[in-house]
Amino acid sequence: MDLEAIPTPDLLLVRVLSERIDAAGAIQFKDRMRELSAPPGGVDGNAARIPVLLDMSRVGFLDSSGLGAVVAVMKLLAPRRLELAALTPTVEKVFRLTRMDSVFTIHPDLPEPLRHVG
Amino acid sequence: MADLTILVESDPLAVRHALVCLQEAALMQGFAPDQRGRIEIVLAEALNNIVEHAYAGTTGQIRLELSLRPEGLLCQLRDSGCPLPDLQLPPGQLAAFDDCDLPEGGFGWFLIRTLTADLCYRRDEGQNELCFLVPGNPPD
Repeated sequence: MDLEAIPTPDLLLVRVLSERIDAAGAIQFKDRMRELSAPPGGVDGNAARIPVLLDMSRVGFLDSSGLGAVVAVMKLLAPRRLELAALTPTVEKVFRLTRMDSVFTIHPDLPEPLRHVG
Repeated sequence: MADLTILVESDPLAVRHALVCLQEAALMQGFAPDQRGRIEIVLAEALNNIVEHAYAGTTGQIRLELSLRPEGLLCQLRDSGCPLPDLQLPPGQLAAFDDCDLPEGGFGWFLIRTLTADLCYRRDEGQNELCFLVPGNPPD
């Protein structure tokens, strides 16, 4: 599972570089997210409070195991927020059908200043 | 006689590979992207259920047969793993949830039931047979 974390002043941008978050990669996704979002200053530092924004623009497919992993990451980050951006059509469909689109803040696109970082 | 038959080993990476290959298959090219997405979601859930629950860590093979029908894509999956509990299809209802108690699973059968028609299951001569239609107009 290929993920890239890019710290910015307001949020931690995590770009998913793998094309699929599926049953074969769900556990890896969860483990990598846990590593990448571990704040360098420990849980009391400022970095522990800024939201994590997951760039999903390269993920063409997510199954129910992948969805479960994203939900699990949201829970393990709490109270820190996990937000999602740029869902592709099939991924968006899975979130919408399962009503998980009502649980996450989902941005249609990455904020403009973040589109070219990293 | 199916239009396309795919044999899949009971392994999550083999399932991934089969789904990626299927998207490239000539059979899929005439479907609209939206329907290709629905087909991929449903087959991923059905195949992963067999890997995780019917074969549950043991080796085995899944035979996936796809047939074009005027009303959609007919899918038939056969495996030699354990039968479904009580030989019944799971209800596949979405669990009620609130923000403090979010489910991390139980989405699979819900997605299958939501995106298919004529879903049926039978156990025959030590094999599971799951059959359903993904509705939508196939290519002419």
